[in-house]
Amino acid sequence: MSTLLEVRGLKTHFDTRAGMVKAVDGIDFTLNEGEVLGLVGESGSGKTVASFSILGLIDPPGRVVEGSIKFKGEELVGAPVGRMRQLRGRDIAMVFQDPMMTLTPVLRIETQMVETILAHEKVSKKAARDRAINVLARVGIPSPQERIRAYPHQFSGGMRQRVAIAISLLHNPALILADEPTTALDVTIQGQIIAEMQKLVAETGTAMVWVSHDLAVVETIADTVAVMYAGRIVEHGPSAEVIGHPAHPYTEGLLNSIPSRTTPGQRLNQIPGMAPSVLHLPPGCPFAPRCRYARPACATPPPVRDVGTAHMARCVAPLNREVAQ
Amino acid sequence: MSDTPTVAPPVTTPSGMIAATPLATPSRWRPVWDEFAESRTALIALWVCVLLLLAAIIGPWLAPQNPYDLTEISFFDSRLPPFSVSPDGPFYLLGTDNQGRDMFSAMLYGLRTSLFVGVASGGLAIAVGVSLGLIAAYAGGFVDALIMRIVDFMLGFPTILVALMMLAILGQGVEKVILALVVVQWAYFARAVRATALSERSKEYIEAARSLGLSHTRIVFGHLAPNCMPPVIVIGTMQVASAISAEATLSFLGLGLPITEPSLGLLISNGFNVMLAGLYWISVFPGLLLLTLIFAINIVGDRLREVLNPRNAR
Repeated sequence: MSTLLEVRGLKTHFDTRAGMVKAVDGIDFTLNEGEVLGLVGESGSGKTVASFSILGLIDPPGRVVEGSIKFKGEELVGAPVGRMRQLRGRDIAMVFQDPMMTLTPVLRIETQMVETILAHEKVSKKAARDRAINVLARVGIPSPQERIRAYPHQFSGGMRQRVAIAISLLHNPALILADEPTTALDVTIQGQIIAEMQKLVAETGTAMVWVSHDLAVVETIADTVAVMYAGRIVEHGPSAEVIGHPAHPYTEGLLNSIPSRTTPGQRLNQIPGMAPSVLHLPPGCPFAPRCRYARPACATPPPVRDVGTAHMARCVAPLNREVAQ
Repeated sequence: MSDTPTVAPPVTTPSGMIAATPLATPSRWRPVWDEFAESRTALIALWVCVLLLLAAIIGPWLAPQNPYDLTEISFFDSRLPPFSVSPDGPFYLLGTDNQGRDMFSAMLYGLRTSLFVGVASGGLAIAVGVSLGLIAAYAGGFVDALIMRIVDFMLGFPTILVALMMLAILGQGVEKVILALVVVQWAYFARAVRATALSERSKEYIEAARSLGLSHTRIVFGHLAPNCMPPVIVIGTMQVASAISAEATLSFLGLGLPITEPSLGLLISNGFNVMLAGLYWISVFPGLLLLTLIFAINIVGDRLREVLNPRNAR
């Protein structure tokens, strides 16, 4: 399998009045064709900013200050605006969190789908419309010929997310960035959408970056998992490995706070404290203040350690592992 | 639109879920109209507007005479009071003016000119103002600052003063009056649209549209603009009314339209000198018509504001 997306040392900073917000502060990952990467972390850990950086949608005062994003070998950092617009929606598509918000409320689904096709391809309106109907059928919208004439508010949340997914699939992109696409949905609908997306990306060989704060969801869909904390990836590896044998205390904390993993009647394990402000990060490990295993050595920047096959953790003392100091 | 909802058998999707029933004919404006119609006053005002608009459109066919065709008017019929019958035969419902014109006909022609100037300048001001307001909000930064400072500058001057100065330079003429009115009006639209567009542009659908690779033009005019329309409709209605009255003011002062294309304001000014001499009808009837027109448009605009304001939603 060949490499589709290669992110190296990506830093996206926001120059605000309060100071430099290092939303993404040096992340690396690679994604092969047809692979699904789960990007996990709390609110504010930089997951969304990372995916927006890939699409080149960071607005001032934000800026990709350093690093490289290579898509099919092409450098996207500093790529011309016109080129990025070509890629967006055609080669890299995005599915957003809240399906209530991501479709333009005053335009028919048809208008929004047809214009997305016409933005990248010179085809007739009729052909574009037929293709849109086809894709709607593929994502499980019933009677798409009629429903395509509807406005977004005439769909339920789950149906709307299906429409949003259909729009992202219009050009058979090589990569879909899914930014918490199931967070705003009911649990039952969540399951359906995940199953549907899994099926669709498997059929078309589309790679996906699945951004989520929910490890349980990521576990079912992702091949590899990257856990982000305060703008950095703190643990990265095959999803069975990361979720089965977490090496970073933060990953362990996340896993313990999944309700279904706790014995009934027992208090839910929570990670104490809040995600740190990325404005004032401690010099050492940013997770140390909340870490139950914290030790004096945590005051210095934590090293990146290999803790298994293709499995790394950014911690001085990875869990359950013998590490040569 | 039928009142009976279409009931279709539940459709099963590939994933086995039951889908919502197919929808009846969608219309976003139906609820707006229903709520609008709840106010009797507003409905009457709307009817008045529609009637006056119709009268203006078919005016030339409705009018007993063409008041600006010198062959049709008789000087001997000048200054006749309302309900006069001339010795030559014609009946003057609302009397005649200094030159013997039928006031009713003159008012129909005047209404036509007034409405045309009001609607045309309002429409153009909307086009200019909305575009600039949207661009300011979408682009932000320097472009935004530049456009909005120009808006502030424009709004800093009294409307009528700017229009008077422009017409003093440009001279008379329908197109010049329209131009002057556009210049003084566009800033209102720009400011209102920018405010709405600023909150709309931060919504996710704009981000989503960008992630699809749509062009800026497409996003601004296809996605952002339609979502910013409610305030434009309200202000647009009000501005048409104020354009009509501004034009009347200019014409009354003798700077607006030429005597060959009289508007209601010019008619009022024609009779003004003789009003105190008891020839009240030459000024008063056009004045009442102007008043009714502006009043009706403003009531409609007010009601639209109530209906379209999300804060008043029930």
